[in-house]
Amino acid sequence: MTRSDRLLRIVIGVYLALFFAYLFLPLLYMIAAAFNLNRFPMLTPWRGFTLQWFAAAWNETRLWHALGRSILIGACVIGVSIILGLGGALLFTRFRPPARSLVYSVLVSPILMPGIVIGLSTAIFWDRLLQLPGSWAVAVLGQSTFISAYCMLIFMARLQRFDPAQEEAALDLGASPLQVFWMITLPYMRPAMYSAAALAFMQSFDNFNTTLFTIGSDETLTIYIAAKVKQGVTPAVNALAFAMVVTTLVGGVAYELVHRREVARLARRLRAVTA
Amino acid sequence: MSSVRRFGTLGLVYVVVTCAIWVLLLIVAPMATMIDFAFRPFLPPAQWGGPADVYTLRNFELALGDEFNRAIFLKTIWASVVTTVVTFVLCYPISYLLARAGRSSWVGIAMIALLVPFWINEVLRSFAWQLLLAHNGFFNQVLVGLGLVVEPFDFMSRNIGVLVGLVYTYILFMIFPMYSAMESLDQNQIEAARDLGAPRWRIHWDVVIPHAKSGLASGCIVTFMLAAGSYAVPQMLGGTRSLWFTQLIYNQFEAINWNMGAAYAMCLVVLCVVFILAMMVLFRVRLRDIAQ
Repeated sequence: MTRSDRLLRIVIGVYLALFFAYLFLPLLYMIAAAFNLNRFPMLTPWRGFTLQWFAAAWNETRLWHALGRSILIGACVIGVSIILGLGGALLFTRFRPPARSLVYSVLVSPILMPGIVIGLSTAIFWDRLLQLPGSWAVAVLGQSTFISAYCMLIFMARLQRFDPAQEEAALDLGASPLQVFWMITLPYMRPAMYSAAALAFMQSFDNFNTTLFTIGSDETLTIYIAAKVKQGVTPAVNALAFAMVVTTLVGGVAYELVHRREVARLARRLRAVTA
Repeated sequence: MSSVRRFGTLGLVYVVVTCAIWVLLLIVAPMATMIDFAFRPFLPPAQWGGPADVYTLRNFELALGDEFNRAIFLKTIWASVVTTVVTFVLCYPISYLLARAGRSSWVGIAMIALLVPFWINEVLRSFAWQLLLAHNGFFNQVLVGLGLVVEPFDFMSRNIGVLVGLVYTYILFMIFPMYSAMESLDQNQIEAARDLGAPRWRIHWDVVIPHAKSGLASGCIVTFMLAAGSYAVPQMLGGTRSLWFTQLIYNQFEAINWNMGAAYAMCLVVLCVVFILAMMVLFRVRLRDIAQ
């Protein structure tokens, strides 16, 4: 190892340490401040350990209402996005639609569109043309516009690996198209459905830009936090942040583990078939 | 076998109905309404459809002709480009290191470590930075405590807060396309270049970057568009003097002047399209290479 190599190693080590410090320092600081007795959300000066900010957050009725709205909207977005996304995925993998690439571009365009533009256009259309002012239902429509496209891409990736001979065999043996869909295609799609549902819920729950324009006078948890921060905060927001970080961590790790087990099971099955 | 025989009429109806609802009701109609609004003057409800309700370019004249608005528009473009460049420089080495490391065990851990901040809400991430950058925040406490500055440094009004927050929020959108493009590069090509005596920078300039250019381009495009379209970060980490273009859109929306808001929003969309085209020329890639 030459001297320049050793120097490079040190530089890389420092870079990686700084990079991950940049990623985690703000989050750690935020959740640690939830336990400080200080009236402001700060770590220093440390006035002693407390759980009172958790109690304060727990007793906020507005927070519980906002959480309920987030869950309601997320559940509806899962439903709408899976139905629409599946329709789109089947259209491109099973049918030969006219103007295929144009239709495809239109369907994936909401992913590239700034969320704020989707929010504004959805709000204008439903309020001014259909007399439906902003509410949780309009937020579902706005969010589903682009979340459906994510679901469609997930479904297409899975459908492209599907062997159509399975469906043809079932049809030749006298199954109806509905039976084929119900007993062959849908079970094959199940893992993709779970992934799409998880992604749709997370995207919906965290969404800020589109929701801001479509929610009207109601609020989701994300909108609630933004409003709280604007008003000047107490560490109750940090306590909420702590709860959310822990929930996402547990959920994310659980999802990774389940996902990995799924992959491992698939690999085992493949090995059993080829052996 | 025909599609209809395989799926039955029911399947066909399902696909046609869902796609029609999605395309027409959720995508095309709202967008068409917004464009229509952008070209009409802002009027009280009584005058809607009346003689004054005609197509005009007035909203766009105000959106980009007005000096204050134009300055904010240009500032947003400039700051988004800076964000993209900084994110690119910050993410290139780690993407390369991850791609070169192949299947060693720390890659999995590093990937999870990269994902965790990304799982957490954008608003909370901005809030976390607010705690660090505020007038009385952690960084100023450290700076003042060490005697490096006398007065707390105003990160927020100098756009530093917005820049730091934007880079932080969109780091992953740069790393993942970069990483996946670099990972597909055959290691032997790098070895060959090295054996032939190429210095490190030539290996990157002539081997890695040309191979990974579609990933680099899509990382830059996504980062720029997310930065230019961001609302939470400038709202929470910007001072009163660092308005973002999206904040103008929201202010018009709040002021019920939806015509003006629609015109601003269209400017933002056009800006994003122009940027995509510019990146495609710069990296010499086609849209199909990017949208993989």
